[in-house]
Amino acid sequence: MLQQLFRSPMALLCMGIIFITALLGIFAPWVAPNDPYANDILNKFAGPSWQYPLGTDQLGRCVFSRMLFGIRPTLFLSLLTMLGTIGIGVVMGITAGYFRGTVDEIIMRVVDVMLSFPSQIIILAVVALLGVDIRNVVLASIFIKWAWYARMIRTATIKYTSMNFVLFSRSIGSGNFFILTRHMLPCIAAELAVLASLDTGWAILNISTLSFLGLGVQAPTPEWGAMLNEAKNVMVSNPEQMIVPGLAVVVLVGACNMLGDCLRDALDPKAVRQ
Amino acid sequence: MSTLLEAHNIRVSFKKENQTRLFGKERQQVLRGISLHLEEGECLGIIGESGSGKSTLGRVLSGLLRPEEGTITLDGQDLYGHHTRAEARALRHMLSVVFQDYTSSTNPRFRVSSIIGESLRALEHATGERIDRKRRVAELLEQVGLPESFAIRYPHELSGGQLQRVCIARALAIRPRIILLDEAISSLDASTQVQVMDLLAALRRELSLSYLFITHDLTSITYLCDRVVFMNQGEIVEQVDDITKIASITSPYARQLLEAVMGIGCEHGSGQEQASDEAWVA
Repeated sequence: MLQQLFRSPMALLCMGIIFITALLGIFAPWVAPNDPYANDILNKFAGPSWQYPLGTDQLGRCVFSRMLFGIRPTLFLSLLTMLGTIGIGVVMGITAGYFRGTVDEIIMRVVDVMLSFPSQIIILAVVALLGVDIRNVVLASIFIKWAWYARMIRTATIKYTSMNFVLFSRSIGSGNFFILTRHMLPCIAAELAVLASLDTGWAILNISTLSFLGLGVQAPTPEWGAMLNEAKNVMVSNPEQMIVPGLAVVVLVGACNMLGDCLRDALDPKAVRQ
Repeated sequence: MSTLLEAHNIRVSFKKENQTRLFGKERQQVLRGISLHLEEGECLGIIGESGSGKSTLGRVLSGLLRPEEGTITLDGQDLYGHHTRAEARALRHMLSVVFQDYTSSTNPRFRVSSIIGESLRALEHATGERIDRKRRVAELLEQVGLPESFAIRYPHELSGGQLQRVCIARALAIRPRIILLDEAISSLDASTQVQVMDLLAALRRELSLSYLFITHDLTSITYLCDRVVFMNQGEIVEQVDDITKIASITSPYARQLLEAVMGIGCEHGSGQEQASDEAWVA
């Protein structure tokens, strides 16, 4: 399964991009050439140089250093969001899909209610209610997104519940917990991996969007969406300011989405050996 | 011989999907009062066309679907009655199932050793004894005529007949007294069918098992079973207690089924009947 994944060049490329980005984010204080908060107002909008590899912004801060420090909120908060949504979604989805009946009805009606709100609007509403803070953005994202997961996972679970191997397992008296963890989870793992990597992409975009709107990470903390927002103000005079954070978001989200595709191929057991 | 399994007046109905009214409660009767019994060491064939309710009956008998009415007694104990945990577990490993569709009856992510190992785990839980799983898997594979090296294979690396043997090994692993074969050989090709039936016959002698053999195929019934019941529209329409006298059946449905399989041979009496039947199987 993993061998198959490592054999695909696209998967390697995507995992490489995400892995290196994560490493750069973790070791940002040692990698960054400058302090991301240090102003050098005389050198504002400077071009690339040895001192500032990617130039400086409107306050003369090193763009490269800010990019590196910006990985932390962007990537790690989106991973946190993804784990949260997957955790709740899997538990709810499997419970609803496997036990059916009343439990299913209750969970799915809650899910219906959640899904009937447009996700961006409810995130804005939650942020407005709880205050402008990145923690509230993460909470709101988990709150709105788990329902979507629960529905997808419920469908996958129902598909496998009527399979003969689950029936056999029940007929010989294996416990529900055993069936759910040993049969169900591995079976829906393929769907789960795809959903997870796609969702990480979504979460990155979402956190960047809200920071861009000024509702997520607050200035002066470096964050890619917030950097784009600052660059937007000088869009006409210094358009190159938008390129670096914009490109970084596109590449990282693209890598997450492509990795989702590759994972789906690799987790299909029939495709393991052609 | 004692009665191992007895079903009395089983009724099952399902809610119809295409209701004529909004929130309608129309139900489709699937089993209408089935009663049957299985003696120790015998093989009872249950035959019927598609949709006659025989697979539903299989689910009821294997403890997966609680009937609306009727009782099932396994070795004197009510299958759907109230039990302590230990009793329930003991009941569970009395009866084992082999399904028709071998592609979906094993988890595609499990190796053969884990497929059989799951049954061994259930048996460990039911009896509380420790089992050397690796050795037992090898023994079971040998019992169903597969090499030990198959233990590390995945289901998609086996042929249909081999996988069905693995399913039989898995069913045997919980040391059942009854095996329910739900169309277990119907999806195999003719020569593999005979091999698997021979295997089943041999295992039955060796381990003194009882079989409940659900099928739509009359030739395999005559090859393996001692008694046969004919099902149609959720009812038992005919019961033959001596398989050699199968040509003497009277009900029109069973007659029709028999003629469809046997062609024109069956009006000449049972002796000839049996001969042509064996020729067909061979």
